[in-house]
Amino acid sequence: MPDDYSKIPDNKTGPPLMAPLPDEAETDPNLVTWYGGIHRRKDLTRRGSYLLGPGLVWLLLFLALPATGLLALSLAQRGDFGQIHWVFTLENYKRLAGFGLFGWTPDHLLILGRSLWVGLVTTVICVLLAYPLTFYIATRPPKTRSRLLFLLVIPFWTNVVVRAYAWLLILSPQLFPAKLAAFFGLIPAGSPLFPGSLATFLGMVSTFLPFVALPLYSSVERMNWELLEAARDLYANRVQVFLQAILPQTRPGLTVGVIVTFIPAMAMFVVTDLLGGSKYMLIGNLIQNQFGQARDWPFGAALCLALMALTMVGLALYRRWGDPRDDNGSPAGGGRP
Amino acid sequence: MNAKRPVVALIAIVSLIFLYVPSLAVAIFSVNNAKYGLLWKGFTWKWYTQLFSNQAILDAALNSLFVAVISTAVATVLGTALALGLDRFPWPRRGVKAMDLLVHLPVVTPDIILAAALVLTFSLLRKLSSVFEMGMFTLILGHITFQISFVTLVVRSRLAALGRDIDEAARDLYASGRYLFFRVTLPLLMPGIMAGAMLAFTLSLDDFMISFFTHGPDSVTLPIYIYSSVRRGISPEIHALSTMVLLITVVLVVIAERLSRFRREG
Amino acid sequence: MAQVQKCFGSHKALKGVDLEVRKGEFFTLLGPSGCGKTTLLRIIAGLELPDSGHVLLGGQDITRLPAAKRQVNTVFQSYALFPHLNIFENVAFGLKARQIEPFEVRRRVAEKLEMLGLDGLDKRYPHQLSGGQKQRVALARALVNEPDILLLDEPMSALDAHLRTQVQEELRRLQRELKQTFILVTHDQDEAMVVSDRIAVMREGLVEQVGEPREVYSKPRNQFVAEFLGAANIIAARRDGGRVVTSLGSFDLSAAPAWDEGSLAIRPERIVLADGQDGDGNWVRAKVREAIYRGQSLDVWLTPDDSAAGDPFKVRVRTHGKDHLRPGDQVSLFFPPEDLVALDQA
Repeated sequence: MPDDYSKIPDNKTGPPLMAPLPDEAETDPNLVTWYGGIHRRKDLTRRGSYLLGPGLVWLLLFLALPATGLLALSLAQRGDFGQIHWVFTLENYKRLAGFGLFGWTPDHLLILGRSLWVGLVTTVICVLLAYPLTFYIATRPPKTRSRLLFLLVIPFWTNVVVRAYAWLLILSPQLFPAKLAAFFGLIPAGSPLFPGSLATFLGMVSTFLPFVALPLYSSVERMNWELLEAARDLYANRVQVFLQAILPQTRPGLTVGVIVTFIPAMAMFVVTDLLGGSKYMLIGNLIQNQFGQARDWPFGAALCLALMALTMVGLALYRRWGDPRDDNGSPAGGGRP
Repeated sequence: MNAKRPVVALIAIVSLIFLYVPSLAVAIFSVNNAKYGLLWKGFTWKWYTQLFSNQAILDAALNSLFVAVISTAVATVLGTALALGLDRFPWPRRGVKAMDLLVHLPVVTPDIILAAALVLTFSLLRKLSSVFEMGMFTLILGHITFQISFVTLVVRSRLAALGRDIDEAARDLYASGRYLFFRVTLPLLMPGIMAGAMLAFTLSLDDFMISFFTHGPDSVTLPIYIYSSVRRGISPEIHALSTMVLLITVVLVVIAERLSRFRREG
Repeated sequence: MAQVQKCFGSHKALKGVDLEVRKGEFFTLLGPSGCGKTTLLRIIAGLELPDSGHVLLGGQDITRLPAAKRQVNTVFQSYALFPHLNIFENVAFGLKARQIEPFEVRRRVAEKLEMLGLDGLDKRYPHQLSGGQKQRVALARALVNEPDILLLDEPMSALDAHLRTQVQEELRRLQRELKQTFILVTHDQDEAMVVSDRIAVMREGLVEQVGEPREVYSKPRNQFVAEFLGAANIIAARRDGGRVVTSLGSFDLSAAPAWDEGSLAIRPERIVLADGQDGDGNWVRAKVREAIYRGQSLDVWLTPDDSAAGDPFKVRVRTHGKDHLRPGDQVSLFFPPEDLVALDQA
């Protein structure tokens, strides 16, 4: 074999190395290499548009356009019979801020504030429960772990109406919880434990606990437990162990969990409608009311935009706190309870 | 710190019980032989058999299934094409960012806003054509709108995981564009497309808010049916129906789990 | 195909590269990361277009020919095996894509699988293979197409050191057997030495030197090449008639340098170490500063006695490791004229 190799012609008489090339024909700038092929830029753009087109048109028609429409609608006027007068007015936002026909009332601002409050409390309770829950699951042997996770995924996908209904049953007057409450004189005998704050929060927490726990679990599972041990040696205090060792490591999952809980919780309709009663009317219920019985679409649109603003605040916090690249926590990639 | 573990376990187990007790109670009372009240009157299947003779419930179930199948099929095709179109072509970075925002919109916005926006759109489109009267058609359009986003996101993440190497290797090995797509890209993308479709299907079946706003009298779905019956109070029939819905959820989750396990091993 | 020629003039990553690879040779592009060697390889593969310049294959301009139409196949750094296809289907991919008869496909795939010691694995999937096996599948998948050129993009980087040496030797043997043109990209100079017929050393988008391993190693053209291919002593020098004067003294060279002022290079193992002996030409007396035992060799750092103004100039010498040298020992060094290389200004 080396013989063949020695037959290779000598290069010493070849062209000089590193010499600038004569006749540098520029390559056609319209040609691009793309995923291993050489294409005309125009062809790529055309084929890409064919694929992109239908979906894009759909989203523009049924998403972007309606969103803009909602904005326009919020600046329009309601007619006497619920029809829309396309006249520019800030009336709806004024009403939202409480300036109605009969002077200033805090009603609408209260509902807005309550939405924030219910969203916040629900999220906090869920987070407080989710940490022990995910720690417990993550420290089980693998088989038990996957079974317990399965137990978390089921309620994640359970229909919100079905779950709210289940609480209506549990809290009904003939069953133990209501009887117990009546025994202590908290409620009149023979009446149910709903509507009210207890029922609302039971419904909310049971709806959203899996939404916090599943993304959080994906972070807890990847946690470095040795760091935890080290922190326990360093800090006497459990709060410090949590802040120094656990929180930084679980923040990506926690942030996803908080976002997919806080935003839909704030906008909740079903749970508050069935379990909350009039005292727990949230912005979601108010919006539904405007598009339903009240037939005041312009005001409903203004409420939607207010809710959207609250959502944006939540998302801004998410951008700052959580690394979206770590976002593979919740199996749904988001939540729609 | 060892003393803390039992507390952790206790909270964890209580949380799990808390998640399951209501549903279990519904399941138990669904086989209770009592029309009114919640006293145990013996075991019966009769509420379940009644479900299958209640035309309204059968219609609602059929509607749910019909909407889910049609909307999932459309959304999967559109969403996959959108993901491919976004990911596999040299668009200007700004354009991709804007598209990303649009695609993420239904995922992050509260669904009640999306529902309200759709109601507005359909009311405006109704002036053009009566097919936009609230009904089966508008319901399917509404579902597709949010499903596209989820399918696109799932397929895109799979596309990103595939990377460029595989495509280049196939091209290097004499593959034409068509051969590359049908022999390499599509088979490798299939698990992602299936996962996206599965997610879209489940979201459609599970959806309440969008359906509540965009349905018409001919297109009541199961969640809406349950909601409107609940407003009239609890009844053993609804116990049975809820339990059925719960069981379907379990089945779907098991199927999804199997699919994803197959995907990881295959 | 008489000769394989490639001329480039691509910007940024490649600042005008002009290379010629001969048919049937094992050619290596060697250089640190970011030197443009992978870009060059991708241009040859057809996965990248040069901004200007041409790629010629057997006299034909293939610059704009897509990868799918070039008789050139690549072993990717990541191997890029098709995870959904088994080993047989992976290897058969290129043949099937060109619609070669199933019988012929089976014959050729079986032949290559056997050649690379992969027989019996044809029903396995890539994720069931070890790193070394995956690499061989990638090799088989490319070779089965009998390409005019086989391109190898750092194919050994994912293997552990022990396996790497073995694979390098196998690769060399395989290339000699097949007599096909191989172009390898690597940043590992040992690897380049072991496998190549010729090496092109690259830096910052330019080719610094092309030659046989022996030539590039012992006659580096400039300091970069000298230092990139193993250890080298670089000594500033100026020409004085037929001799070259440095801070260590004056030396005879076998070939007179082309400059008046420049530097000399000599490999540590070429310096002859002796105690007691002395002579006139090319001998330097020095004191041992540090001796590092490396098993196969002993690296000795020395300070020459005549070092101008007591400058602690260090000379690195590599011996067979039999010597027992301690810091402070006095030794004599001989710099053979044929091993002293005059470097280009660079």
